[in-house]
Amino acid sequence: MFSVFHDKCIAKMEKTSDNEYRVLAMNRTYQATGVLIMRYDRIDQRTATRFLPIGYLVFAIAVLTIVRPGFADEADATAGIDFFETRIRPVLAAHCYKCHSDEAKSPKGGLRVDTRDSIRRGGESGHAVIPGKPDASLLMSALRYEEFAMPPSEPLDESVVDDFETWIRMGAPDPRDRTVEATSTAIDLEKGREFWAFQSPTQPTVPENDGWGYNEIDRFLAKRRAAAEVVPVKDADPAVLLRRVYFDLTGLPPSPEAVVEFVNGTSPDAFARVVDKLLDSPRFGERWGRHWLDVVRFAESTGRTRNFPYPFAWRYRDYVIRSFNQDKPYDQFIREQLAGDLLPAETDRKRREQQIATGFLAMGAYDLNERNSRVYRMDIVGDQIDVASRSIMGVTLGCARCHDHKFDPFPTRDYYALAGIFRSTDVLNGYTNRRRNKQYADPELLLRLDQQDPATASQQDKSEQRSRDVTTQQQVRRARDKVQRLTQLLERKQQADSKPSDVKKIRKRLANAKQTLKSVEQQFKKDRKREAKSMQGPYAMGVSDANRIADLEVHQGGDVDQLGDVIPRGYLQVVHIPSAPTIPTNQSGRLELAEWLTHKDHPLTSRVFVNRVWHHLFGQGIVRTVDNFGQMGARPTHPVLLDYLATRFVADGWSIKSLIRSIVLSRAYQLSGESDPTNLEVDPDNSLVWRVPMRRLEAEAIRDAVLAVSGELNTTPPASSVVQKFPIAPIGRRRNRGSTNFAEYNHRSVYLPIVRSNVPGYLRTFDFPEPSEVKGNRDVTTVATQALFMMNSPLVADQSRRVAQRLLDRQLRPRQLVEEAYLLTVGRLPTEEQLQRVLTFAQQTRATSKGAQRDRMLLAVTDVVHALIASAEFRYR
Amino acid sequence: MIHRRDLLQHGSSGLGYLALAGMTTNATQAADYTSPLQVREPHFAPRAKRVIMLFMQGGPSHVDTFDHKPDLAKYADKRLQPEKPWQGPRGKLLPSPWKFQQHGESGLPISELFPHLSRHADELCLLNGMHTDNPAHPQATVMMHTGSINFVRPSMGSWVAYGLGTENQDLPGFVAINPNGNPGGAQNYGSAFLPATYQGTSVAAGRNPIDHIRNPRRSRRAQRQHLDLLQAMNRDAQAKSPHNSQLEGIIESYELAFRMQTAVPELMDISQEPETVRQRYGLDDRTTSAFGTQCLMARRLAESGVRFIEINHRGWDQHNNLKTALPRNCRAIDQPIAALIDDLKHRQLLQDTLLVWTGEFGRTPQEQNNGNGRRHNNRGFTTWMAGGGVRGGFRYGATDPIGLEAAEGRVHIHDLHATILYLLGLDHEKLTYRYSGRDFRLTDVHGTVVDDILA
Repeated sequence: MFSVFHDKCIAKMEKTSDNEYRVLAMNRTYQATGVLIMRYDRIDQRTATRFLPIGYLVFAIAVLTIVRPGFADEADATAGIDFFETRIRPVLAAHCYKCHSDEAKSPKGGLRVDTRDSIRRGGESGHAVIPGKPDASLLMSALRYEEFAMPPSEPLDESVVDDFETWIRMGAPDPRDRTVEATSTAIDLEKGREFWAFQSPTQPTVPENDGWGYNEIDRFLAKRRAAAEVVPVKDADPAVLLRRVYFDLTGLPPSPEAVVEFVNGTSPDAFARVVDKLLDSPRFGERWGRHWLDVVRFAESTGRTRNFPYPFAWRYRDYVIRSFNQDKPYDQFIREQLAGDLLPAETDRKRREQQIATGFLAMGAYDLNERNSRVYRMDIVGDQIDVASRSIMGVTLGCARCHDHKFDPFPTRDYYALAGIFRSTDVLNGYTNRRRNKQYADPELLLRLDQQDPATASQQDKSEQRSRDVTTQQQVRRARDKVQRLTQLLERKQQADSKPSDVKKIRKRLANAKQTLKSVEQQFKKDRKREAKSMQGPYAMGVSDANRIADLEVHQGGDVDQLGDVIPRGYLQVVHIPSAPTIPTNQSGRLELAEWLTHKDHPLTSRVFVNRVWHHLFGQGIVRTVDNFGQMGARPTHPVLLDYLATRFVADGWSIKSLIRSIVLSRAYQLSGESDPTNLEVDPDNSLVWRVPMRRLEAEAIRDAVLAVSGELNTTPPASSVVQKFPIAPIGRRRNRGSTNFAEYNHRSVYLPIVRSNVPGYLRTFDFPEPSEVKGNRDVTTVATQALFMMNSPLVADQSRRVAQRLLDRQLRPRQLVEEAYLLTVGRLPTEEQLQRVLTFAQQTRATSKGAQRDRMLLAVTDVVHALIASAEFRYR
Repeated sequence: MIHRRDLLQHGSSGLGYLALAGMTTNATQAADYTSPLQVREPHFAPRAKRVIMLFMQGGPSHVDTFDHKPDLAKYADKRLQPEKPWQGPRGKLLPSPWKFQQHGESGLPISELFPHLSRHADELCLLNGMHTDNPAHPQATVMMHTGSINFVRPSMGSWVAYGLGTENQDLPGFVAINPNGNPGGAQNYGSAFLPATYQGTSVAAGRNPIDHIRNPRRSRRAQRQHLDLLQAMNRDAQAKSPHNSQLEGIIESYELAFRMQTAVPELMDISQEPETVRQRYGLDDRTTSAFGTQCLMARRLAESGVRFIEINHRGWDQHNNLKTALPRNCRAIDQPIAALIDDLKHRQLLQDTLLVWTGEFGRTPQEQNNGNGRRHNNRGFTTWMAGGGVRGGFRYGATDPIGLEAAEGRVHIHDLHATILYLLGLDHEKLTYRYSGRDFRLTDVHGTVVDDILA
């Protein structure tokens, strides 16, 4: 198959024999032509297989034109459509639609004439319209009262029947294809529902207890292992287990005292007590909150071409941390983030909390420089759909923005059903896209938190009043232009020896203009300053329902200028929940969407979340592709266990802490990380969970551990974020350097500023995820730049020295000192060989270095601690 | 302030280090240890020894740069009518707003947007019939780098470093300069299941290419002793988990980092380059300096024996700014690439250095946004190669007359990968790594070497 081109025609053609070509498809003008055979005597084989020479094409066009009067060009095509619209469609609507359209419950004779496809396809008797062939079209025969008699009451006027003939002869131009193609779907929803991920989980029967496990989770795992004849390795050493659970639940290492106590402990419930203590610790929310921030693309700036700071993103960050610490039921957590502003609240505090939660929908990476406001809005909607669908449901709905999803049963209409919900929602993140004479930043586009203190409220009102009319660059430019114009005018007049009175007048005008310029410039500077300041106060980022609540048209190909059918706001059709609420006409529908998502029978919400938890505790999810449960994602390694966890999670009131507790208390979680050659052969990926391999700590955990070990970690959360103090200007440009020098910053890493394109280099080195993307599964890389950080960065060197000093201050004997150093950094005691090695090294270092005895001692111990911190063991759990 | 004693100390430690370094190397080799970066023999005689990949993120418009479509002018403002909305891009056909001219003895047509690169027309091998599977940035970018969309697979650079090792043991075998944080992220230069040491090392172009490259506190000798302690601790961990390749990777990463401390600052310091060089690469011009720096660094890395170097230029996603952004992008890269080719030629390096210029896909001949943009097009685009055993001044393959779909000499990403490996002396079917019970390849089960472009 190949294409031919001519100034009026583009066609797909197929070579059927040496001198015969068949037209398969042509552009709109000629598409009704049908199959046309063209013969050529002189044809150059080589060019023919590529494309037809233009000369032949002209012939082809001529043939076409002779065969049937087609449209010469686009203008004629439009004329054809006009003909249809004025002469044909009204007749069809008036006389035929009642029985032969969507309106009719069952179209008579299976014939529908309300779309192009259906009128051509025809009904039970055959094609109603064959373009170009009125005599073969059954419609004509019916209108002429020949084979059929339509309309049944009485025949139409002859002139009308003639119109139909003309129309069919023209090729039956019919614009009614667009909406049909866009919304009709090749996707078979019923078939789609057969896919495992779209079926609601049902509570499975727990397998028999084989005596190996500690809880029900183990029985599911044991059953699968037994089937594959894989035997789990032994249990982890207490010290290893303790380190693992500390990092997994709080992101911090256990203190030496905790290690000693646990290792020497004999109480059978010692581990459970540790787990409960850690779950109750405020450090838990900082750890698990960060996991959530990964999947909701949390960041504190707009990113893209104009990277403005989000001064209030930290409120959402803190909300997430608080929610995990409070063990907020996951369904409530989701409802608040999607529709907190629409939920009832008994107290002001609760209302504020719920408002802040909606920051979830407002902190994406948006291109403020996008000039087309409709594109800008739809990009935000796209971000919201993407983040909501991937983080909560683990499906890639974004694909359906431009076309039906290619692999999963999500037609474009589903996308726009959701888009209608988000388009009926105002995004309040403090910014708007580029418009004439407008600044990007606009404090009015922030969510004002409900006031608790009336005093600040009135103050706030005043500042809002002021911020409405901001002097623009444009005004400054205009004033400057005026001065320039008048200066030139004055020069000309003076040279031309004009009347002195004229010159005087101009001089006066110039003086005035200069005065204006000065004041405008001053005002401009002042406004800029105030604008920056006005972003301070009881603001948050979030959303609220828009003034206009409306369903949205399909945007064909994602194009804001190609609108199709209006799609009623709604949910994914493939996930059918009979009791899901209907979306009201006076609200966006976010609340109902949240209800639908958190319905106990929703097949994805609970599964996706328990799988994320599993992933964080075992290093890989039961579904490996944690952000994609669709066709292109992985299948669950333990589908039954996944359903058990999901249903139990819902039954336990969506309690995240209970879920984590039950997994951590399983025997599987407490397995050693050692390898086993036989198992490795059968199951190299550890799909059957026969061990718990060592896992690299995340960037945050490494830094936090370094600071924790040195005693420098400040566990008090900061009051806000460094970013709140940034000037309101693009980061990285002159007015806003967006400093990332955090040498002195000693809060936990979750509180480091996450500015798009400017993530602290250290975090990036250790695979911090791109904060514009949903990322449930971080990369783990091992590169020399990490080694350089560990060897040469001031952070590691300084903290090592502090640890050394603290150890020396305790006046320990050398052996004890080394043991303490091991306990502190890697949570275990050294073996005798390791201890001797370190002592020898320290001895040598002291002997070869210069300086006072005390300094040399400090140096030696610092080096030992530094080596321990840099060691692989420190970086792993 | 430098004390005399420090100087003396440094002096002696320098000598001491040499001795020590020699000892450690011997010692480790005696223990039957070979560095994974050691040079390995290719499968057959290579035509190229190293690769510089110039990756243009966003989807550069081929019909405006390297795929001359004179016929497009005839169909200006016409539309194709696809049978289904998703089967083809909408919009009117938009002839390139820029003129093409034939250059060199070969008469290769190149857009006027590349006045400098056109000088090297006779070195370029245009692959006009490229196509790929997915028209979305993240998927296509990862596809170009790893040959896979749905799975995390090793990057091409990792495969090459794994297959051939590297010629300079003081530098990583695979260096990515200013790699994309997005889309695809670290996956684009990741080693996936290959040993971690083959992963691309990401460096920033400019004065401070790698953070913490210097140790300001200790002498080299003291640091080596310190490192020996650290590595002993790492081997303790390794002994406990012998099958964990990440631990091996960490040990390697420390050795490499230690060597890089000396090699890199010197290598990356382009401030000492003479003024003529700075001018040729456009380092003093705001438009060209960023990419010029990358090109110059790439040349220095290539010269120093790094096996696979990737340099990056972003912002080729011209949906609505074709007429402003495309010329700007081309200006930014044109002179620097020309200078790079000049330099490589002059240093007799072009003959065994393969340059690969590519985006993740191309753009449609149809316009978007009132004639000032083009959409993504995975069905046809252009990649070009130069040097390293490819036919210069050669145009291989073609898109259909409007540049929409690769029609002739179609080259899929797998074919491109197979060809690049072939040029390096590697058989893409034999370069395998056993993981999870089966042998994996860069080209999976696909790929055909494009013989016609071999010099």
